[in-house]
Amino acid sequence: MTEEKTAQTDASTPIMTASGVDVFYGKKQAIKNVSLDIPENQITALIGPSGCGKSTFLRCFNRMNDTIDSCRVTGDIQFAGQDIYSSKVDVVALRSRIGMVFQKANPFPKSIFDNVAYGPRIHGLAETKDHLEDIVITSLRRAGLYDEVSDRLNEPGTSLSGGQQQRLCIARAIAVDPQIILMDEPCSALDPIATAIIENLMDSMKEKYTIVIVTHSMQQAARVSQQTAFFHLGELVESGATESIFTNPAQERTQNYISGRIG
Amino acid sequence: MPDYLLTTSPQMAKRHARHSRFQWYGRIAIGISISFMLLMFAAIFARGTGAFQKTMIAVDVEFTESVIDPNGSRAEMDLKQGNYKPLILSGLQKVVPGVTERKDRNNLYKLVSGGAAFDLGERVAANPDMIGTNQRVWIAASSEVDLYVKGKVDVESDEAIRRLKDQDIAWINMLQDEGRVKKKFNRVFFTSGDSRAPEMAGILSAALGSFFSLLVCFLIAFPLGILTAVYLEEYAKKNRLTNLIEVNINNLAAVPSIVFGLLGLAVFLNFFNLPRSTPLVGGMVLALMTLPTIIIASRSILRSIPQSTRDAAMGLGASKTQTTFHHVVPLAMPGMLTGTILGMARALGETAPLLMIGMVAFIVDIPKGVTDVATSLPVQIFLWADSPEKGFVELTSAAIIVLLVFLILMNLFAVYLRRRLERRW
Repeated sequence: MTEEKTAQTDASTPIMTASGVDVFYGKKQAIKNVSLDIPENQITALIGPSGCGKSTFLRCFNRMNDTIDSCRVTGDIQFAGQDIYSSKVDVVALRSRIGMVFQKANPFPKSIFDNVAYGPRIHGLAETKDHLEDIVITSLRRAGLYDEVSDRLNEPGTSLSGGQQQRLCIARAIAVDPQIILMDEPCSALDPIATAIIENLMDSMKEKYTIVIVTHSMQQAARVSQQTAFFHLGELVESGATESIFTNPAQERTQNYISGRIG
Repeated sequence: MPDYLLTTSPQMAKRHARHSRFQWYGRIAIGISISFMLLMFAAIFARGTGAFQKTMIAVDVEFTESVIDPNGSRAEMDLKQGNYKPLILSGLQKVVPGVTERKDRNNLYKLVSGGAAFDLGERVAANPDMIGTNQRVWIAASSEVDLYVKGKVDVESDEAIRRLKDQDIAWINMLQDEGRVKKKFNRVFFTSGDSRAPEMAGILSAALGSFFSLLVCFLIAFPLGILTAVYLEEYAKKNRLTNLIEVNINNLAAVPSIVFGLLGLAVFLNFFNLPRSTPLVGGMVLALMTLPTIIIASRSILRSIPQSTRDAAMGLGASKTQTTFHHVVPLAMPGMLTGTILGMARALGETAPLLMIGMVAFIVDIPKGVTDVATSLPVQIFLWADSPEKGFVELTSAAIIVLLVFLILMNLFAVYLRRRLERRW
């Protein structure tokens, strides 16, 4: 176990470090003292049964929990040498560095082009119209969607199929050029074919981005991720290289979960 | 087949009976509502449509210069104020012979509208060449004659209780026999203000009063209501204070409208000394009354915008304000506009608060702005319904028709806006 931990830190320097994170909804504690490193240019999967807090934990990384009135986060999450919960950090700037893809594809009720262009527009990333077009096309390409929609960029984003919509959301996240992309069960509403396309996409994306994915499918975690963290009842039970978690878990609870006895 | 599968089995028969019984209750309820509505419309239309036509009498008038313009000045004021009464009277006397006594002459002249002489003056002033000629002009009949021609006077009843005596009726018949009586479109009803004489009373000043009031109401209530709703729904923290505000807004929506009228009287008129009886104050009072409705409708629309839309924008690094004004408000706008228009439609039909701030006056002039003295459609209906002259019965129903048409137009506009702006992509 100790050897593996060392091996993990050696594999890649962490781009994000969470230590001693607690999350409360009102009086209820949803996350209990979780510490986790997110290695750069890798895919980290957060797994665990429903209600274990994995989504809540993911939403700490870009402070999306701020939008929930009753939610309170304590502890330390470091990104780029800065505690992101420090009062000096601008949450708007933070979210432009750490993008997010949600469980249910949520394209804006605008055209495909405007969906992708929205982020660059509000952050002023494009100086000219051509430049903006460039960004949109590049982002759609990276999300593997461009060939399917190149002739109908002005059609509403919501007219696409479920899998295409989710890739549109990925393209939209990519367009603001983030370093980390958080994915909250991105495939849970998709059929196996659309899921496979997105999994392949994630694999190619990790060259350029760091991905943290929440999934309730252990097979998906095993297929796509290099690092896996197993959550149960708000605690981080175990984390490490995906291979060792699935083949040789150190904790009994992990063993029980991956063999289907809890969850 | 086993028994329990058949529709005739006792349990199934009971369930089916309950099913169809409930459907029939629903149909009966709808039937009753619709028949009452039809009854109301039928009653109003039966009474009111008559007012859209009015009776005219053809009179051969000798436009004698010595009577109209003895000075020969041809000044507009002189022409308007000329003594046209004897001219009309002698025109009538040519058709109805043997009317020589003063009392009879007066009665004969009462067949035409009290405003006929004034109307003739306007015509001559507009076209002074008429002086010295002999022309057949159509002159508005009095309200009593109008009602008789429309068949709304019971000639069998005792003469003593009729305003129109047997002799008058005989005269009218003589005029009718000569083809000198006709009904034409009642333009006056749509182009003039109130009058003591039903045949000269119009709806325009009241309609404009309503229009200006609603304009003021919209300009105040729409921005205030939308901003309040957006702030409370999107920005404000949920705490005791916002709870208290919410409860109060809900309560305000249920406050009787006359209370808002009293508030307007005390605050706008007595404290701020704003001009009495004007659409400005009327609109402000109606805005107070409409605000809670707009806020409640807008908040429920904002609440129905899916959280995922907000998440999507926030996740991209949009600020709260960008999220709200780029995504949430545009999506909610059709619904908010609909809520506003429905609130305004309610304000259009409101009488009580306007009574308190003096918009119940007898207004002949057409208001030209929000600070001119005015009345409003429902108040005009109330005033006419209260008038003793029989001719106002028709006008009351006609004004109700106009009000209903405006209400229907506003509701259709709300539907149109919703269809037009709603983009459920």
